[in-house]
Amino acid sequence: MKRSVEEKNWLEQQNVIVCRCEDVTLDEVRRAIAQGATTLDELKRLLRVGMGPCQGRTCRELLARELAEHLGKPVGEIMPPTFRPPAKPVKLGLVSRLAEDVPRAGGDSSLEGGESR
Amino acid sequence: MRSTADAVIIGGGVIGSSIAYHLAKEGMRNVVLLERYSFCTGSTGRCGAGVREQWGSERNCRLAQASINAFEHLAEELGYEGDIEFKQKGYLILAHTEKEWEQFKKNVALQNSLGIASKLLTPQEAKEIVPILNTDGMLGATYNKRDGHCNPFHTTWAYAQAARRLGVELQYFTEATGIRLEGGRVAAVNTTRGTISTPVVINAAGPWAKPVAQMVGVDLPVYTQRHQILATEPTGPIIDPMVMSFSIGIYCQQTPHGSVVMGMGDPNEPKGYDIGSSWEFLREMSRIILRLLPALESLKVVRQWSGLYTVTPDAHPILGGVPGIDGYYQAVGFSGHGFMLAPAVGRIISELVVGKTPFIDITGLDLGRFERGELQVEPSVV
Repeated sequence: MKRSVEEKNWLEQQNVIVCRCEDVTLDEVRRAIAQGATTLDELKRLLRVGMGPCQGRTCRELLARELAEHLGKPVGEIMPPTFRPPAKPVKLGLVSRLAEDVPRAGGDSSLEGGESR
Repeated sequence: MRSTADAVIIGGGVIGSSIAYHLAKEGMRNVVLLERYSFCTGSTGRCGAGVREQWGSERNCRLAQASINAFEHLAEELGYEGDIEFKQKGYLILAHTEKEWEQFKKNVALQNSLGIASKLLTPQEAKEIVPILNTDGMLGATYNKRDGHCNPFHTTWAYAQAARRLGVELQYFTEATGIRLEGGRVAAVNTTRGTISTPVVINAAGPWAKPVAQMVGVDLPVYTQRHQILATEPTGPIIDPMVMSFSIGIYCQQTPHGSVVMGMGDPNEPKGYDIGSSWEFLREMSRIILRLLPALESLKVVRQWSGLYTVTPDAHPILGGVPGIDGYYQAVGFSGHGFMLAPAVGRIISELVVGKTPFIDITGLDLGRFERGELQVEPSVV
């Protein structure tokens, strides 16, 4: 998606928050890209974008669009970031207790397996 | 990419980036840093971010002490605009067995003799530092205020950007595929983007150090092993120091960001390159940490991941050149504590490359020690 000049100017004037979990602004993202970041994982490492409780659900696509625009590539060619478990934030106390009660399904130890529900 | 360089570094983690900066600072600026992915993709970006002087061997103590000295003014030295999040609120290392308490007395005596101000604490004194600590079954603890935390991503980026400003070429997403020797000397490095003629190559490839060393016919006595780790959502200040236990095999620290990061070693973990995350780790980690720090019960885990230790038989790194291969240097086998040693190691390797005497004596950290059988195993590892 291409933005109009007016829209770009307006965005640049605002202190636009891109990652709501970690309070990261569009300006910070653009500075990291200007310094040489070319992937979503690099933006994560430098800015913590996508590392908060929502794990990037809100900012991932916004960030991909910024990178795509800067690199002159389609958004589809931007490498997705690494997805990490758990799928939703879970209390330490709950994990420690649930493990006692829930019988393990088979021998599968991966978090994508049935026991992680 | 440059086709000729004075030195090529393989590895864009904190070790390679620190070496790149220090080489440039020594005046060697026609340097290329090769990294297969991007900065901090290997072990650096997966580590627990702790930095400590409290080690059980004189060599590790000296490397760590010099590195903490460097961390204290690193952001200024590197002209870094961001924040490397260096925090010195100590390491509190717990003793639960007689054996480790005896070892800790020796460690503290050694550390004190080297000018490291660590001390032995009673369980009550430990609880004053970490009020939420459950001291049941504890015999004591050691504490050193100068230890703490630093952000591995920002530290590595700061080194790399400072190196780049001094003339080093950073080649991310470029893999070293071979090293050409001519008459026992390094002649060139082949990469996925072409060949670089160079008289010097430095192996800083972390978990991939062994295959890189094989490119020059060196067999490193190291293996890789997964270590798992998790981070919670951020919360207000609740734990100042890193809390660590070697006998239980865990470490836990609240970062300046507010999240609590904790990890655990598993003696049954197979060797290899698996960097997946397991349910068993989440369960065991939560059980163990809630016994030590029950107040963390309602904190939410937001992310778990893992990384590789590259382990040597004595848990000390392998530093320096190899007789018979002129121009080949290595900084490998950090056994889980490379990040915190990177400032000193980067300087030492660069001094060796330019022909200076290293500022810290590295006798006994060469590859030859394994054949000579001169091993002193580091006891203080999770």
